Amino acid sequence: MMNKKLMLGNEAVARGAYEAGVTVAVAYPGTPSTEITEFIAEYDEIYAEWGPNEKVAMEVAIGSAIAGARTLVSMKHVGLNVAADPLFTVSYTGINGGLVIMVADDPGMHSSQNEQDSRYYAKAAHIPMLEPSDSQETKEFVKKAFEISEQYDTPVMVRLTTRVSHSQSIVALEERENINLREYQKDFMKNVMMPGMARLKHVVVEKRMKDIAAASNTMIMNTIEIKSTKIGVITSGVPYQYVKESLPEASILKLGIVHPLPRKLIEDFAKKVEVLYIIEELEPIIEDEVKSWGIDCIGKDILTVQGEYSANLISERIGEQDLHLSQPKSLPQRPPVMCPGCPHRGVYYILNKLKKHASGDIGCYTLGALPPLQGMDTCVCMGASISMLHGMEKARGKEFVKDWVAVIGDSTFVHSGITGLVDIVYNKGASTVMILDNSTTGMTGHQDNPATGLTLKGEATSVLNLVELTKSVGIKRVRVVNPFNLKEVEEAVKEETAALEPSVIIASAACELLDKKRVRIPFFIDEAVCKKCGMCMKLGCPAIQKKDGNYQINDAICSGCTLCSSVCKFGAISKVGENHDN
Amino acid sequence: MTINNILVVGVGGQGTLITSRILGNLAMSLGHDVKLSEVHGMAQRGGSVVTHIRYGEKVYSPLVEIGQADIIVSFEKLEALRWKHFLREDGIMLVNTQEIDPMPVIIGTSTYPEDIILKLEEECKNVISIDALSRAKELGNIKVANTVLLGLLAKNMSIPKENWIEIIKTTVPEKTIEINVAAFESGYTA
Ligand SMILES: Cc1ncc(C[n+]2csc(CCOP(=O)(O)OP(=O)(O)O)c2C)c(N)n1
Repeated sequence: MMNKKLMLGNEAVARGAYEAGVTVAVAYPGTPSTEITEFIAEYDEIYAEWGPNEKVAMEVAIGSAIAGARTLVSMKHVGLNVAADPLFTVSYTGINGGLVIMVADDPGMHSSQNEQDSRYYAKAAHIPMLEPSDSQETKEFVKKAFEISEQYDTPVMVRLTTRVSHSQSIVALEERENINLREYQKDFMKNVMMPGMARLKHVVVEKRMKDIAAASNTMIMNTIEIKSTKIGVITSGVPYQYVKESLPEASILKLGIVHPLPRKLIEDFAKKVEVLYIIEELEPIIEDEVKSWGIDCIGKDILTVQGEYSANLISERIGEQDLHLSQPKSLPQRPPVMCPGCPHRGVYYILNKLKKHASGDIGCYTLGALPPLQGMDTCVCMGASISMLHGMEKARGKEFVKDWVAVIGDSTFVHSGITGLVDIVYNKGASTVMILDNSTTGMTGHQDNPATGLTLKGEATSVLNLVELTKSVGIKRVRVVNPFNLKEVEEAVKEETAALEPSVIIASAACELLDKKRVRIPFFIDEAVCKKCGMCMKLGCPAIQKKDGNYQINDAICSGCTLCSSVCKFGAISKVGENHDN
Repeated sequence: MTINNILVVGVGGQGTLITSRILGNLAMSLGHDVKLSEVHGMAQRGGSVVTHIRYGEKVYSPLVEIGQADIIVSFEKLEALRWKHFLREDGIMLVNTQEIDPMPVIIGTSTYPEDIILKLEEECKNVISIDALSRAKELGNIKVANTVLLGLLAKNMSIPKENWIEIIKTTVPEKTIEINVAAFESGYTA
């Protein structure tokens, strides 16, 4: 019996890398791509690491590939923006050992700040891109991507979306191929990109893409299913699955390679069908190109560029069925929240109390932007909190930013906050930066980073010392506070924002979810003592609720963090089991 | 070609994912094609979460569509109301009566709807509610509330009971097998 396993798309990537003989894998975490590299780390045969950001991860991968190893690098769509600089030029150098770049898009923005479509990058950087539609295909396409990479001396991108990355389906397991390291030879005409060499390489890149375009017409990743010729659909990725559900009679050209497009295959298919639809989530990338060849087709005229598609959507728009779908009534929303016991909560409570504005950043602490804390003014991209605050200061003066701080997590600070801090010092700013150091990359599910002391493989390593680091870039005022000690946080924020020179406050306490074994003794509110002032509710803790006019602590989720008892002026909140009468 | 469509809904952190994966692996072990669509990332921090499970001879889409679910298992009462339009007309709604206030309710900008079970009964043909948390507390560990719900789900599906118990035994930590099997029985006989 063949060995089969139910796998996430992301686990299938890891399996594909393993079977393809990959020996080096690098990534920076980002939903929905994170688990790829976590699963890879479970294979002893593959060296795997978290890079501090996507640009570094991409460069490590390029080095590894040029040195001769089959290498995989993974990131989410916005991570590719950070890695775009090396991406565009590795397209010119080409590789040695195969290089596959996994990028996971997030239509519908389940966990992202925008809905950009990575296929534009493949086109812009002249890199071939494959797109699978379930876990089995994901594994096969990753292996295929390595073959194409080595055959054409090019990096190859594989695009996933949330519904491929985070759906499980059945995968047939195969053996690992034993691939030897390719020999490394110094070749500066190939690997040193200066104008003289790059001009020659640009010619090579163009020819390569033409060759791949020609070959794509017969690549087995593209499949044709001819049924009724009334309706023809060109699609790829998970929308293919929705088409199979909703238009069982349609003829389908399913593209496994989405850049470059197999023109002849598409032209032949278009001729066979009466009406041609292009069904692709996000941007009209296939559609625009097919139209540019003079082929009549329908796509974004009736389908949206926003969010995810579904079988129902396609039934309604193309199958012309009126499904009379019922919609949910309006109900209280349930936005994500900071967990009970989250060390970020106290910081926002104090910023609120002192009426400070915050230039924000991305991580669990971004949840502090929502009511009731509403402690954040801006959030654009990783690292932007620090540099944007500096820009505000230069626009409006030092007085203005006395009411501001930048808030940034430990992983985000290492990712791209350090250069912003260097800028503040260099250009004589006076901003205050708060590093919320919870010893982990929380939002993406707890990955280690250079400041945690552990590698991806779980080995102890040197710990990046944030105090020494921030001092060494030239910050003289650096202090560490305990975010559960509200008095200490308040004093620090008051003093540092008042200072006329730049400062860093490091709020240091581990993420509540890291230590699962710690005994948690919940708190309770003594109704007889409670004055119902509602101060504790200002913390926005999901464990504190108002039921029948009384404030209560939900002991099933209270972590015993102490914050509520320290904001209660009447001593009404204490630990379960503690006798507070004496 | 019938496909079984099940939705597991709840609040991030409640453990809906484990329950879904147990069902997915069980369906696969019985020879079905299976697809599961999960929620990772931001919503896991206390947001509204949903897992889609589909199995049968050949499954294409990983998503259960509106009006298509045979069964919805809701780990929390309000979430049952939120996802009920996914249920097909004669589908079964299984609801844990636990209430978890969402932040807009906690801060007083919304109120937690009253009479949720009544509302569900008005609009769904089959509603079965259970206080899984109390049952789990009685067994001595609130964490097995999930397994109580799994038992209730099993009772309403056609997969033999032994298969469920077998998969629970191979999925949960060894020390907790006994209490999990007891929790399963509690839900199954509810
Ligand atoms: C360029 C880029 N890469 C990755 C992500 C995904 N991501 C969102 S927040 C985050 C890091 C959060 O860690 P940290 O700054 O330590 O804050 P915490 O969540 O632990 O509070 C990551 C990797 C992103 N949004 N943008």
